[in-house]
Amino acid sequence: MAAPTMDRSTTAAPATPVQTLTISKALNMGLRAAMEANPKVIMMGEDIGKLGGVFRITDGLQKDFGEQRVLDTPLAESGIIGTAVGLAIRGYRPVCEIQFDGFIFPGFDQIVSQVAKLHYRTQGKIKLPMVIRVPFGGGIGAVEHHSESPESYFAHTAGLKVVSCSNPSDAYWMIQQAIDCDDPVLFFEPKRRYYEKGEVDTTAQPGPLFASRTLRTGTDATLVAYGPMVRTALDAATAAAEDGTSLEVIDLRTLSPLDLAPVFESVRRTGRLVVVSEAPSESSIASEIAAKVQQECFYSLQAPVLRVTGFDTPYPPSKLEEEFLPDLDRVLHAVDRSLAW
Amino acid sequence: MSSPEQWTHPEPDAAPAATAAKPTAEQVIAGLRATDEGGADLVQLLTPEGERVTHPDFDIDISAEELRGLYRDMVLIRRVDREANALQRKGQLGIWVPLLGQEAAQIGAGRAMRPTDMAFPSYREHGIAWTRGVHPTELLGIFRGTDQGTWDPVEKRFHPYTIVIGNQVLNAAGYAMGQKFDGKVGDDDGEATMVFFGDGATSQGDVHEGFVWAAVYDAPLVFFCQNNQWAISEPTERQSRLPLYQRARGYGFPGIRVDGNDVLATLAVTRWALDECRHGNGPILIEAFTYRMDAHTTSDDPTRYRLSDELELWKLKDPIERVKVYLVRQQWADQEFFAGVEAEADELAENLREFCVNMPDPPAERIFSNVYAEGNPNLEAQRDEFLDYVSGFAGGEH
Repeated sequence: MAAPTMDRSTTAAPATPVQTLTISKALNMGLRAAMEANPKVIMMGEDIGKLGGVFRITDGLQKDFGEQRVLDTPLAESGIIGTAVGLAIRGYRPVCEIQFDGFIFPGFDQIVSQVAKLHYRTQGKIKLPMVIRVPFGGGIGAVEHHSESPESYFAHTAGLKVVSCSNPSDAYWMIQQAIDCDDPVLFFEPKRRYYEKGEVDTTAQPGPLFASRTLRTGTDATLVAYGPMVRTALDAATAAAEDGTSLEVIDLRTLSPLDLAPVFESVRRTGRLVVVSEAPSESSIASEIAAKVQQECFYSLQAPVLRVTGFDTPYPPSKLEEEFLPDLDRVLHAVDRSLAW
Repeated sequence: MSSPEQWTHPEPDAAPAATAAKPTAEQVIAGLRATDEGGADLVQLLTPEGERVTHPDFDIDISAEELRGLYRDMVLIRRVDREANALQRKGQLGIWVPLLGQEAAQIGAGRAMRPTDMAFPSYREHGIAWTRGVHPTELLGIFRGTDQGTWDPVEKRFHPYTIVIGNQVLNAAGYAMGQKFDGKVGDDDGEATMVFFGDGATSQGDVHEGFVWAAVYDAPLVFFCQNNQWAISEPTERQSRLPLYQRARGYGFPGIRVDGNDVLATLAVTRWALDECRHGNGPILIEAFTYRMDAHTTSDDPTRYRLSDELELWKLKDPIERVKVYLVRQQWADQEFFAGVEAEADELAENLREFCVNMPDPPAERIFSNVYAEGNPNLEAQRDEFLDYVSGFAGGEH
């Protein structure tokens, strides 16, 4: 789906520690850094070698690390995940790329039956330090199965950890931290934000992986989002500020385990919470946050927790995705409803 | 193909047939009977009558001591199996998965492995477990419900039992790829992996993908399919039009059908296949043609779907009896030896029984332990809340 490029030049080592990078480039550099740091780190996926992945996230890696560390695999997702399990048992740290969100389901059985449960089944005798990278979410005008947000399935499954980055700095650091983690990590990448730019300090000490982060402080209401919706939430906060409304924005970053302490703290101050996510709302990450917040912040809430999400439908034909996906106006509308309660 | 009448089953009290009738082609195709014919390609070195025969491609030079060892393995693991089955009947196990009839397939394959080789079992591989040094007591917890297998899979090179049909085939393919990436393939000291699955599993996508992956990456992997003719109630004819070993050809590697009730042939073929793999000539598919003499599990009732005739036919092909006949005929074993093995089996069964009935229930904390390698604060909070709740009851029990 991404525009093809013939440019396969090797990423040069950063001349300066602080660079302006796209999310896709930051991921590429993070993967490279992880491969350099540990020879057991290998990449597996469809078209990730010569082509560099359909989104070019693994661009140049096979050229520099060889076909035994960047595997262009046969075209079968269960095979990618299932063989990664065996490689992880053998001592490797596989990083699997699922080409698009909607293609993870052939691998679902291996993920929930083996990846999630082997550590528990063996009571810690087998560790599966593997990462499953998933470009997810809509907004790219794609055909069916290329725009989904399946993160709730995995957050619902004990034994897996689930994270999502929203900016280049997190992309660079979180992918390396996920690879370092001894638990299997589902790593959701906001594909429509791949080309957004931001500063990355490659010498900085990153914060913990499984922690949410307050990106903007505010006093009137709290917005919680993750992945591609963080940008939408930040834009909504900027727009609201022009109207004199002060919104706090929290990037969840980790979906399992959820790190809601900053959300509870925020809601106790603002009394209002709007959760923003592209995924359908029924039985979702957004539902879980609403449940936990009402449990922990019951007496602080000035209004019910509201969710702004994709609808409870299959992902629609792309000419309708603008209506389907939460946008700045729908977020502000929910904020208004919360404030008017 | 078959009229409804053909699907009716004999009355429960019907006398067993005096002589077992061979299944007709129609019965096999209709799914009424499993075939007992391995066909012309079946590799056999010891006939059901205990006659030593030769094969142009596979032979084995076996010592008296080695063959006595294989006999002992088979007798002991059969006793373990019968004892565990009885323990289920007494309510000491929730369920048991019998291996009765598949002793030669498992002991032959298991004894072909070296300590440095890796095995990925399905859930009926008690005989393989035995050859990997996993004591039968370590299997009991899975079926009693106290654990999910306690052996160390890394130390024993024996992966946990895999219950989802076919999953382990891909895991094994990945492990074998790792052996190759590690440079452990290519000479006499090379490593290999063997994965175990049944005839039913050959219909699973994961098995197909495992064939593809292992072939594409030249993985040192032996696919060991125990075709015991029945996937619960479905005969092999419901899984495949052609004999299973012939499928390998389509994936670009050899497939061999061996008499899975012949421990010598199974040992010879599997040893050859593992050696090919450790030298870099993998993967290879072995179809061990055998028969599930008991139910699928203790919860199953095979009288609903197969005829007792068939059982009578396969009893004549017993994997242990033919070795005993051969040992006696060769004067490689005397009555003292056989009595000794029986005594050992009795003792093992008694130990198993004793161990089983004394297995404690796991503590409630076990629900929460080792879900994650690096922990999860939310889960820990949930655990603490539950344990606090439990401790609120008198004596700390609820």
